[in-house]
Amino acid sequence: MTRKPFILRNPSVLVVLAALAVFTAAVTLLSQAYGTGAIPTSMVKVLGKTLCLALAAVAMDLVWGYLGILSLGQMAFFALGGYMIGQWLMYARTETIVAASLANNPIPPTAQELQEAVANQIFGVVGSSDLPLVWSFAHSLTAQLVLVVAVPGLLALVFGWLAFRSRVNGVYLSILTQAMTLALALWLFQNDSGFRGNNGLSGLQNIPGLEGVSQASLSVWFLWASAAALAAFYVLAAWLVSGKCGSVIRAIRDDETRVRFLGYPVEGFKLVVFTLAAMITAVAGALYYPQAGIINPAELMPIASIYLAVWVAIGGRGRLYGAMIGAIVVSLLSSWFTGGRAPDLHLPGYVVSWVDWWQVALGLGFVLVTLFAPKGIAGVFDRLAGWRPPARHGRDLGPDQGSLKEQEARA
Amino acid sequence: MSALLEVSGVSVSFDGFRAINNLSFNIGAAELRAVIGPNGAGKTTFMDIVTGKTRPDEGQVLWGAESRSLLKMNEAQIARAGIGRKFQRPTVFEDQSVTENLTMALKANRNPFAVLGWKPSAASGGRVADLAAEVGLADHLARKAGELSHGQKQWLEIGMLLAQEPRLLLVDEPAAGMTLAEREQTTALLVRLAQTRAVVVVEHDMDFVRRLNCKVTVLHQGSVLAEGSLDHVTRNPDVIEVYLGR
Repeated sequence: MTRKPFILRNPSVLVVLAALAVFTAAVTLLSQAYGTGAIPTSMVKVLGKTLCLALAAVAMDLVWGYLGILSLGQMAFFALGGYMIGQWLMYARTETIVAASLANNPIPPTAQELQEAVANQIFGVVGSSDLPLVWSFAHSLTAQLVLVVAVPGLLALVFGWLAFRSRVNGVYLSILTQAMTLALALWLFQNDSGFRGNNGLSGLQNIPGLEGVSQASLSVWFLWASAAALAAFYVLAAWLVSGKCGSVIRAIRDDETRVRFLGYPVEGFKLVVFTLAAMITAVAGALYYPQAGIINPAELMPIASIYLAVWVAIGGRGRLYGAMIGAIVVSLLSSWFTGGRAPDLHLPGYVVSWVDWWQVALGLGFVLVTLFAPKGIAGVFDRLAGWRPPARHGRDLGPDQGSLKEQEARA
Repeated sequence: MSALLEVSGVSVSFDGFRAINNLSFNIGAAELRAVIGPNGAGKTTFMDIVTGKTRPDEGQVLWGAESRSLLKMNEAQIARAGIGRKFQRPTVFEDQSVTENLTMALKANRNPFAVLGWKPSAASGGRVADLAAEVGLADHLARKAGELSHGQKQWLEIGMLLAQEPRLLLVDEPAAGMTLAEREQTTALLVRLAQTRAVVVVEHDMDFVRRLNCKVTVLHQGSVLAEGSLDHVTRNPDVIEVYLGR
């Protein structure tokens, strides 16, 4: 039996990669640093951040659309990734600044003095001057890069092991994930948890060692990195959900009990996908926050994860490109409508200001999509490709007239 | 003959109701057995206990030559040990093709990472084609299981069971939803399978049981009422009273 290469079996992957390449090239050629300057640097940053959100949506689709777990805590992993890279960004940059100012002293500072001065600079805002234990590796980029995937991965592994082993399912599992991200946010809000409380980490747009590079160039570099990460993890996710493993994952979503009787360790599969998705989300977060410049515990509030679920639902669950398109379209629309640039809608007797009404419109859109187009935006592509599910509504006629469904019998 | 499955003194209650009461049951490595009994006799609960879905309050369930206890294993481990179960309602993965359904059921390493690295080979493709031919679905390999008729879904599920290559098959009302011709086909298949492995058939339909021509166990109120050939048990006055006499 000859087997076509992976890309040919999944033509949508090729289309996504091509679209991503064209988009990245176009933005580069229109950027201020490398092109005509038609797209301002702030807009390049918005686009780069949007690609990171799209990556988080792809991971969400793995967990929700394919595995069937509506996780309302995905953004906890996203923010943790951001915090992990933010620790190094903030520490290394503060160290550079402090070292420069201490260099004027008659006696050069010792390593100990330097660290104390850095800690004082970073934690003065929360009334502390000691470097917390959780910052032990903050001086090392390599260590923090490892932590970007290790910390969210470990959290997902432990949380998942406890929840899946007890066979918590459905809405109860969703509530648990939501509780997890809320608990983490509340912990981070405390000043003594070691992450600067509600101030969060800031100044992340300044990359240590790259002081000479302008933000215009940096924004394009981050756009490239975000696009590359999205491309790489999109291929990984598409590979994971193709073939026999994808079959088993979708089967778990549809009838987990039956999969157990086939002999598959359902909990093991859930744990692998959930942990992998958490790690992908964390990488997306680690690329997002240097572009945003600031991270604080409000980013972990459950509402952020609910937005992610809304994007995936509108884009189309169970289709990786659907999740990606949903995140890109809805988050860009959101920032346009809430940015105050959208023209007001003048109705007779009332002026609809989008800043106030966008949330309502988004909520309405979500309800409408759920009710009338459960496949979301991806459903349009399915329709074009002729992948319509067979319209076999109605109940089985049962054992005796077994071979037909209600509607077929009527026809 | 040493037993493949040995259930002894098993009891289980749900909210005070004794669904299974001191039940003992043995089956050899290559044997066909029909289990009959009125509704509520505990037939399905018995299957649930053997497959690990329900934990008994007391008793022992031993498996294989090494007499491993099944009570310490979960559903997936029991399935991997070689016990396959066919449900009363056909349960196939409707959103996936017949090929995908059968491929998933093929005997292979079930570890997530092994599954991730699994690639279809000429052997696996051939096996899927053979199984599909055996259950009459050779022309439907690419169709989604949800599109199949009720009877075809039953067959697909039987095909998936065969793909698992179990040593013990538990079959719940296999003839439900099948035409007369399909019933005969099913009977022949079950009899043939029982030559190489143990098969337990739970059935209501007496004609079907008669055609299987095998030893029969009658359950009533969670324990064994009678055991023997169909003619033997149908002459038993207790059996006539609780089941056939109604």
